[in-house]
Amino acid sequence: MTPVAVMVGANRIVSAAGIIHPLGSADLSPEDEKALRRRIVEQALQALRTEVAKPTVFGRE
Amino acid sequence: MAAGTLRVVCYLNQFFGQLGGEEKAGVGPQVVDGAVGAARAVQQALGDAGTVVATVICGDNYAAEQAERATAELVSLVAAARPDLLVAGPAFLAGRYGVACGALCVAAQAELKIATVTGMHAENPGVELYRRQVYVVQTGAEATRMLPEVQRLVALGLKLARGEAIGAPAAHGYFARGVTRNIVAGANAADRAVAMLLDKLAGRAFTTEVPRPAFPPVAAPRLVKTLAGATIALVTDGGLVPRGNPDGIEALNATRYGAYSIEGKSSLDAAQYDNPHRGYDTTWVKQDPHRLVPVDVARELEQSGAIGKLHETIYSTVGVATTLAQSARMGREIAEKLRAAGVDAVILTST
Repeated sequence: MTPVAVMVGANRIVSAAGIIHPLGSADLSPEDEKALRRRIVEQALQALRTEVAKPTVFGRE
Repeated sequence: MAAGTLRVVCYLNQFFGQLGGEEKAGVGPQVVDGAVGAARAVQQALGDAGTVVATVICGDNYAAEQAERATAELVSLVAAARPDLLVAGPAFLAGRYGVACGALCVAAQAELKIATVTGMHAENPGVELYRRQVYVVQTGAEATRMLPEVQRLVALGLKLARGEAIGAPAAHGYFARGVTRNIVAGANAADRAVAMLLDKLAGRAFTTEVPRPAFPPVAAPRLVKTLAGATIALVTDGGLVPRGNPDGIEALNATRYGAYSIEGKSSLDAAQYDNPHRGYDTTWVKQDPHRLVPVDVARELEQSGAIGKLHETIYSTVGVATTLAQSARMGREIAEKLRAAGVDAVILTST
């Protein structure tokens, strides 16, 4: 859904793990799932500190 | 007055009402018999169809700074003249004037049950505020072509006052009111789409039947504080609610959002939460709400000092088939509450 977020003008967009579970994945072990979630949240926190001039998608890795 | 002619009241600001310029912007509502200032153009456009019985004038600052009081006072002045039609403005690109025109038209329609029409430039803030409730005729930015612009306002106003059918926005030059009306088209959708495509390929003018909503750019403030000193809030449009959905957030086309405390919680217990969102399969986030709202890792980041504080309230709504207007309102309200609570930044998780 990141193209929609760009279209509507959200400024800092983090590509997450999917529509049905943006911050998790039922396919992973509980430990790995939480690690994935932590990476996404940390990416979002970094994005908040990053200067942007237009809608910008931050990758997951 | 001849039988069949309409009583018309005009609303003007201090400038178009010839009271003066910015130095007179503070003057309160007043009424003059007949047509003065720009209202003379309205009378000219009306011809024999109607008579401007009164011109109501108010300073831009008075109208803007005490909007409710000004509108109430203006409505009673309008009411005293017993008009069939109120013509407000045109306000062109004058923002305070445009907002005042829109507010007065809405109030006059509701309280006096009379027809109203106003006119503005597309970028007048009054357009976006009032075009759904009031017929706002599109004008230029400045009053250089007063009479032809007023003629279009009056033409539409006369139809409204007479209760005649109003055609599509493009036919009368007013801003779309967000009203969908069934019509019988001359050709089916495939034929119309192909004709439009051919026009587009040939570089000819064409009019879309489904205009895309405009998304004005939003400034992107950067978090200036260090993360270790910042309060971070979690917000979602993915539909997380406490079990029982106490705020009755709709499953789609939401008009409500909820504020839910996470005080004392290091994680979210799936048994205590539910999800009414009908726009995606919620099975997985019901199994584990952190897949939508990451309270668990946010708490860990708070405890480790990576962020200063996790805000103790999460905000949630359902983002599916939600109108732009409702989304914007809810977003504004949530942002105001977060700002008042001293929140520095938000992570909004979306499905």
